[in-house]
Amino acid sequence: MSNFSVAFRDSGMTTILTIRGELDAHTAPELESAIKMCRNEGKTHLIVNGHELEYISSAGLGVFMAFIEEIRSLNGDIKICELKPKIFDVFDLLGFPKIYHIVETEEEAISLFEQGIQPI
Amino acid sequence: MDCMPVRHTLVIPSATRYLTKVRKFISTHALNANLSDEAISELRLAVDEACSNVIEHAYQGKPNEKIHLTMTIETTRIIVQIRDRGFAFNENTYQKPNLIKLSRNRKSGGFGVDIIRRLMDQVEYHTNGEINEIKLIKRIRSHWD
Repeated sequence: MSNFSVAFRDSGMTTILTIRGELDAHTAPELESAIKMCRNEGKTHLIVNGHELEYISSAGLGVFMAFIEEIRSLNGDIKICELKPKIFDVFDLLGFPKIYHIVETEEEAISLFEQGIQPI
Repeated sequence: MDCMPVRHTLVIPSATRYLTKVRKFISTHALNANLSDEAISELRLAVDEACSNVIEHAYQGKPNEKIHLTMTIETTRIIVQIRDRGFAFNENTYQKPNLIKLSRNRKSGGFGVDIIRRLMDQVEYHTNGEINEIKLIKRIRSHWD
């Protein structure tokens, strides 16, 4: 049984993906499928809420990398919120905060979409 | 006074579903070695990355090969050796990933080696005959370091 899951929720124009458990080379394809499904349904304003994410490895980070350009080319974005400090540290280690909005709360992420603010 | 090194071993099949077992193995034994929570997380991630690379690159996704892990706890450091019989990693051709370039090219991989190097105090690659080994060394820092 997988120790990772993704739950979907819509909030206005935004889709929130709440990810739980451990995101590694075994479970990364589940996040990949979830983002692909959103894209196929024309949902490109995506917020990944990580408050229940307990672990991430580079395979998990790679999923964000694989989709970001495509989602942005469709006038969308993937914003990340509510990461535990130990999880944020892994994103930070590779410099992800330079090219992704990684914010503390879901409200902040929604607000960035509403204001049309894109990362550099 | 230096204590005798303590050694633990684990053998897993080369499939990603066993990565959870690897992480548990590292956490359990690192806890007994006076390593800080932060250092345990770093070691666990580095070993996960190394095993993921063996599965994907050395064994190219073949799930029934073996990966041997040995964790040696010494007074001042922890050494994790990961051995496989797949394709060897060529350290000389490795290029550090560029985040912006990778995202523009819609590439997802290439961070594992970078993460390992950033988190470990020493990383060595050896190939002896058919056996490849990556050796990860993490110092056990005292409160005064």
